[in-house]
Amino acid sequence: MIPVLGLLAGALLGLYFQPDVPVVLQPYLPIAVVAALDALFGGLRALLDGIFDDKVFLVSFLSNVVVAALIVFIGDQLGVGTQLSTGVVVVLGIRIFSNAAAIRRHLFKA
Amino acid sequence: MADDDVPAVADEEPRGEEPRGASGGEGTHVAEHARPTASGRSAWRTLARAASPRATRTQAVVALLCGLLGFAIVVQVSSTREKPLTGLRQNELVRILDDTTRRGNELARQAESLREQLDELESGNADQKALLTVARERAAVQGILSGRLPAVGPGVTIRISEGTEPLRATVYRAILEELRNAGAEVVQVDDVRIVASSSFVDTAQGVALDGTVLTAPVVWEVIGSAETIMPALEIPGGAMAQVRNAGATGEVVARDEVKVTAIHEAPATRWAVPVPVDPAS
Repeated sequence: MIPVLGLLAGALLGLYFQPDVPVVLQPYLPIAVVAALDALFGGLRALLDGIFDDKVFLVSFLSNVVVAALIVFIGDQLGVGTQLSTGVVVVLGIRIFSNAAAIRRHLFKA
Repeated sequence: MADDDVPAVADEEPRGEEPRGASGGEGTHVAEHARPTASGRSAWRTLARAASPRATRTQAVVALLCGLLGFAIVVQVSSTREKPLTGLRQNELVRILDDTTRRGNELARQAESLREQLDELESGNADQKALLTVARERAAVQGILSGRLPAVGPGVTIRISEGTEPLRATVYRAILEELRNAGAEVVQVDDVRIVASSSFVDTAQGVALDGTVLTAPVVWEVIGSAETIMPALEIPGGAMAQVRNAGATGEVVARDEVKVTAIHEAPATRWAVPVPVDPAS
């Protein structure tokens, strides 16, 4: 319940302040969001697997975001930023799907 | 977090298709698949227990990270919605700019050529209209002059009744000359239109106009200015005087509307052709 409230609170804060994304961060924020979503689903799956650990969740969340952004940054420097960010999104998307499948199997036995 | 009442039967769960992708435990929790999966009922219970509000460190951390995620999502969504180009990379922007510029140039070229066409069509249309108007006016004037078209207008009617002796062709010619001098535009005698080549000829039956013998009373339909024609015919020693001298009677009546219905079919010219018109003039 509290995580959901936290999500809502963050969304409301974002809506209220409407901050402009700094130009430097603009290419990385979308990737970071996808990476964080992946971490969130991973955490949920770990919870249902009974192996959830807040420290692991925190570290994986932050490292996911940082690594994803770093890959895109390196890609930008190498001139393959577009392709690499597409690749990152594809990989994270696959992971989100598999985590969601595991969660579904836990909850619905199907 | 572990459930106490995990049934052992849950081992039947298919696991092969589950990729080891749970980021929350990846690498750290090697024993992920070693323990039996929680049954559906207990999974919901786990979820409910985790969801129940408790002031633990775990809840705080998760709430904080979720808040961060929500914030980021909202910011990103709103920035994407406001300025859809901001998320794009430099080379993409350059490509879009190129495309736009090329498209704009193409459209400008198209617009220019279309405008030229429009100008051409408009000027051509105006020229053609003017030419057509002139041609129609000319056709009308020349049709009347050459006797090709019926005509109507103010004028006079001359009625000549021959006396004991038939009139000679010269008398008719004198009348026609007088009418022409007075500015008569269209002349018809009986049912014959008088044109440039018309001729009065004395024959045994009487005077023939262009091969048609005129029978008394001879009626002239004349379109022109009655005020000029009537005095011209009546001058002493003039046309009407000649008629009367020959023992015939003639009366001239001015009328508001004279209808000349007879037409003269001009034969096609055998020798003469028009001088080619210089299109520039």
